[in-house]
Amino acid sequence: MYSEKVMDHFRNPRNMGEMENPDGVGKVGNPVCGDMMELYIKVENDIITDVKFMTFGCGAAIATSSMVTELVKGKTLDEALKISNATVAEALDGLPPVKMHCSVLAEDALKAAMEDYRSKKAQAFKP
Amino acid sequence: MKRIYLDHNATTPVHPEVADEVCRCLREDFGNAGTLYSYGREAKKLVDDAREMIASVIGAKREEILFTSGGTESDNMAVRGVAYGNINKGRHLITSTIEHHAILETCKALEKEGFEVTYLPVDEYGTIKLDELKNAIRPDTTLITIMHANNETGTIQPVSEIGRIAREKGVAFHTDTVQTYGKLKINVDEMNIDLLSVSAHKLHGPKGVGALYMRKGVRMKPVMFGGHQERKMRPGTHNMPGIAGLGKAAEIASRDMQVEGERLLKLRERLWEGIKANIPHIRLNGHPTERLNNTLNVSFEFVEGESLILSLDDLGICVASGSACTSDSLEPSHVLLAMGCVPEVAHGSLRFSLGRGNTEDEIDLVIQALPKVVERMRSMSPLYREFLKKQGK
Ligand SMILES: Cc1ncc(COP(=O)(O)O)c(C=O)c1O
Ligand code: FES
Repeated sequence: MYSEKVMDHFRNPRNMGEMENPDGVGKVGNPVCGDMMELYIKVENDIITDVKFMTFGCGAAIATSSMVTELVKGKTLDEALKISNATVAEALDGLPPVKMHCSVLAEDALKAAMEDYRSKKAQAFKP
Repeated sequence: MKRIYLDHNATTPVHPEVADEVCRCLREDFGNAGTLYSYGREAKKLVDDAREMIASVIGAKREEILFTSGGTESDNMAVRGVAYGNINKGRHLITSTIEHHAILETCKALEKEGFEVTYLPVDEYGTIKLDELKNAIRPDTTLITIMHANNETGTIQPVSEIGRIAREKGVAFHTDTVQTYGKLKINVDEMNIDLLSVSAHKLHGPKGVGALYMRKGVRMKPVMFGGHQERKMRPGTHNMPGIAGLGKAAEIASRDMQVEGERLLKLRERLWEGIKANIPHIRLNGHPTERLNNTLNVSFEFVEGESLILSLDDLGICVASGSACTSDSLEPSHVLLAMGCVPEVAHGSLRFSLGRGNTEDEIDLVIQALPKVVERMRSMSPLYREFLKKQGK
């Protein structure tokens, strides 16, 4: 039921693991089935220079987390903001309809990580 | 790659002797059992012989067996048939929270039609409490339907005691024996069973055929209408190859019940010991002893079942899970939840269900493969990392 791309990312997830001192962390839970995703980013000059993830969830959840990390690495924050769950699903050659919500988790984790980075930065610049 | 099939509670490979019988029937017995000439008589004999065989396994009479299209239809027919057939007595049914959907959804449909249903809860092992059953019975109760053994956990219900209570109170008792027919000793008289569902494909028979045992004298209304077949309870020209296959499968299962049961129990315990010895943070789902010999349901904490299934499938190992992510409804197993499992534990559950073809070597391969698979999924799990941090590791 999964595409070869999904299975490839499931079998060999890219950028999996924890990150030391990340600049932004996104932790999200899936309200549909109860799964969890964490995404960590490092940002330099508004560019996402490194990204990692940890996921507790199905094959699609793991593959979409892996794919989203590949998609955002090296992108500017503005570019990364444009990545939606549909972008991620498409990059994986599609997902079964019942699994689309897993890609929403990936998008949410990315947005949450960037939001976390922005708010931390705003804090740091406060006089 | 050699594959290892450990999902026999979902379906089983057809036994070669059964396959031969099905093919023979397809080739030679094309007659309609409702006709008078030789072809019809031969077909009728075949149906009757299969009926006799299926009845004998459970100590029933031949004419008390009806052929259906499988477990789902048998369950629907039993519940609806008795509910509609006893409206003058009442509109209350009793079942449990861990039944197969074939029962639960039928009950829900009846509720919409104005029937009342009591869903008995189960304890942590998935067993109903007899006191609660007794208390649930009312003057207007017409049916108790409780499964013999659960397909997900293998937990066996105290069917004899349930039968005794039902008989004392004069309530019809149906039990779904889809997972136990031909595997556990069943006697409909000793156990006071009035109706019982069978499915061929769970006992190395073909798919799409089953049977309903219906005790003589039980008040039932048909839910299908048509010809005179199956005492007008289940009209339609007989599925000859299916019925022949079910008869053969029942014969083989009852012939080998004792030996095969003991063999599977040994294999299952070998698997459980192997898993326990090699993987930490696991728990057994289901009753430790009152359980089907072939079923082992284990939760691996901090990981999710679908990802385990996919990883094992890559190694040729086929198993099932009660994880929300593996169900189309995206809800965790209703059976595990009813037993008080938190959703996370249901998430990480795997069901290993063994059958005839399985060998010790296969079990050992699974024991070897599983720790690495679980470890890999745990290494990705934020839950596991949190757990390790709390442990100060
Ligand atoms: C306990 C139980 N009842 C009923 C069924 C349905 O049987 P069938 O697939 O023959 O309709 C199954 C199998 O899925 C089952 O395990
Ligand atoms: S994370 Fe549960 S279905 Fe994908």
